[in-house]
Amino acid sequence: MSGQHHRETEPYAAIRTKAIESLLIEKGLFTGDAIDAQIQAYEKDIGPMNGAKVVARAWVDSGYRERLLVNGREAISEMGFADTQGAELVVLENTPAVQNVVVCTLCSCYPWSVLGLPPTWYKSFAYRSRVVIEPRKVLKEFGLELDDSVEVRVWDSNSDVRYMILPKRPDGTENMSEDELVELVSRDSMVGVAQAKSPAQVS
Amino acid sequence: MEDRIALPRKNGELVFDAPWEGRAFGMAVALNEIGEYEWSEFQSLLAAEIANTESSDSSTYYERWLVSLEKLLLDKGMLEAKELEARTTEYASGERDDDWHD
Repeated sequence: MSGQHHRETEPYAAIRTKAIESLLIEKGLFTGDAIDAQIQAYEKDIGPMNGAKVVARAWVDSGYRERLLVNGREAISEMGFADTQGAELVVLENTPAVQNVVVCTLCSCYPWSVLGLPPTWYKSFAYRSRVVIEPRKVLKEFGLELDDSVEVRVWDSNSDVRYMILPKRPDGTENMSEDELVELVSRDSMVGVAQAKSPAQVS
Repeated sequence: MEDRIALPRKNGELVFDAPWEGRAFGMAVALNEIGEYEWSEFQSLLAAEIANTESSDSSTYYERWLVSLEKLLLDKGMLEAKELEARTTEYASGERDDDWHD
């Protein structure tokens, strides 16, 4: 028997999404399994651990670091990471003199293959509008206070170019292995709103 | 399938706040990957939808995503407005209830 459901009313968006998906499956554009796989990939496999591995490798391998800074997309593909939307990836190195910070002022462009999907704050009107106007204040709200001597540069992503930060390698990490260094690299440090963690901050 | 499986989290944040968001995301990405449109086409619509609604309504990011996807599908002729409305009504009324993906 259809039509009798004692369940909460679904939101309109859920109903609309089902309508769209069911029609497109019928038209043979994709299967439900293919959509399942996309979702699984972004829920499980694709995330900032990827970017952390890229950063750790760049810290220990100067040749890789150079390739990464020259052509981000090619360099991350060496490690098996690739966006499927066709955008370029520019990797920006943070130094004691320059703090680069990334935003997408118009929507949410973000280097998915190395960072996963963006957090809610990155997509918020507050971040998108304020970080370009008052970056130091925004960074301070993230807990990052920079000396006046540090230049802050804000980079606006778009559908053609996405950005990832190569954070500064923390002091006291000279004897750490690449695997150990991965643990220091947070998602936020690869957006530029935080620094990488010091060894003392990781238990 | 159990209704109350915890939604996946990364860094302690939900990846999607509800299953439909994941479906809308997955569809937009899949259609781009098979070459139905350039990613910039979807992104332009999303940016426009955000700009048009951000100061006036409280729709969420994925609601805007869904609106953008729908526009693109209609523009590209992958869907027709009539069939979309008809199918939406079937689900809304409970006449159709194949929600295996929930």
